[in-house]
Amino acid sequence: MKARIRKLATFLEETRQEMGMPIDPPTRRAAAVAVIENPYAGKYVEDLSELMAIGEELGELLTQRAVAVLGISGPRAESYGKAAAVGENGEIEHAAAILHPKLGTPVRKVLGKGAALIPSSKKRGAMGVVLDIPLGHKDAAYVRSHFDGMEVRINDAPRANEIMVAIAVTDSGRPLARVGGLTKDQIKGEDGLR
Amino acid sequence: MPEVQVRKKLTIVEEVFHEGGPVSGQPLRRGASLAVIHNPFAGRYVEDIVGFMDDLKPLGLEMARSLIAALGDANAVEGFGKGAIVGSSGELEHGALWHVPGGYAMRQLLGDAKAIVSSTKKVGGPGTRLDLPVTHINASYVRSHFDAMEVGVTDAPRADEIVLALVMTTGPRIHARVGGLKASEIKGEDGLR
Repeated sequence: MKARIRKLATFLEETRQEMGMPIDPPTRRAAAVAVIENPYAGKYVEDLSELMAIGEELGELLTQRAVAVLGISGPRAESYGKAAAVGENGEIEHAAAILHPKLGTPVRKVLGKGAALIPSSKKRGAMGVVLDIPLGHKDAAYVRSHFDGMEVRINDAPRANEIMVAIAVTDSGRPLARVGGLTKDQIKGEDGLR
Repeated sequence: MPEVQVRKKLTIVEEVFHEGGPVSGQPLRRGASLAVIHNPFAGRYVEDIVGFMDDLKPLGLEMARSLIAALGDANAVEGFGKGAIVGSSGELEHGALWHVPGGYAMRQLLGDAKAIVSSTKKVGGPGTRLDLPVTHINASYVRSHFDAMEVGVTDAPRADEIVLALVMTTGPRIHARVGGLKASEIKGEDGLR
């Protein structure tokens, strides 16, 4: 492992009712988060390839963990998203280096497919900062029932020289989704959009 | 007494490898199980609320069981604690209903753990954070196992809800080194030492 991981955390959320209406089966979202040392903290470094490689290994590790807490096989996942929070001694670009060049391929490998763009968010912040991980259907970005988000936070991360990296995976859309649009049974799955 | 209505559950597991010191061969795991339930007493004063403790027992056992499973098995668990966050239309006293069903569920499943289950509670809005206190399951004075885990649910508790929480840990703080009673020195008679 290239990443120096201080801590890993998983979150599993299950919604069983909303406004008194039963949700059966419950909608479920999981997130896996790694807190790693930022090798470039406190200085400007032009070449960010070490963080790109770290993104690749975390893509696999975190997706495996998220799927494991859902207790499903990768291909049964329905939506996904990713996010990173950089501690105060790092740059937003460090989050970009982890999330964008190499993280996606292993995520899709674990999930079997994933034609759609993996929605993402990033920020710089202090310990306890809230990360809102955007969620979208993994095979067709326009599936409206699966536009969602999952909030995660860890009280003691990221420290100034750390980065918090998160991947969220679900086996369902929003509870009681009813605003129309493309539905998951209409997915063509060719272009990642519809 | 009313049926327990669960809106949402959240399970959180943290695995700590180091905190600036040597990387531990045995990472510390902290887990919490949270349930968001409807508060049947919200919005008014109800004198007789004790019966709801019995209603909460099956949920306590379900949460403790799933938390133990998330951490491996009962043998892995060395620390525990519990807490509650009562939504704004409820009273702190409603949170106190969790002491018996939450605590006894964990003790029962952890092989009749002897120590008191440390706890905390508050009234708060959605997203309120709660620091769940943690102590050793068999001897409250084991210093290496004094710990805490921060938890919360973004959209809970709503005004007429309660967030119930259980926490368990698998070992001492990752770089525990401030002395005191050790886990290996537990007599296990009174739940304290």
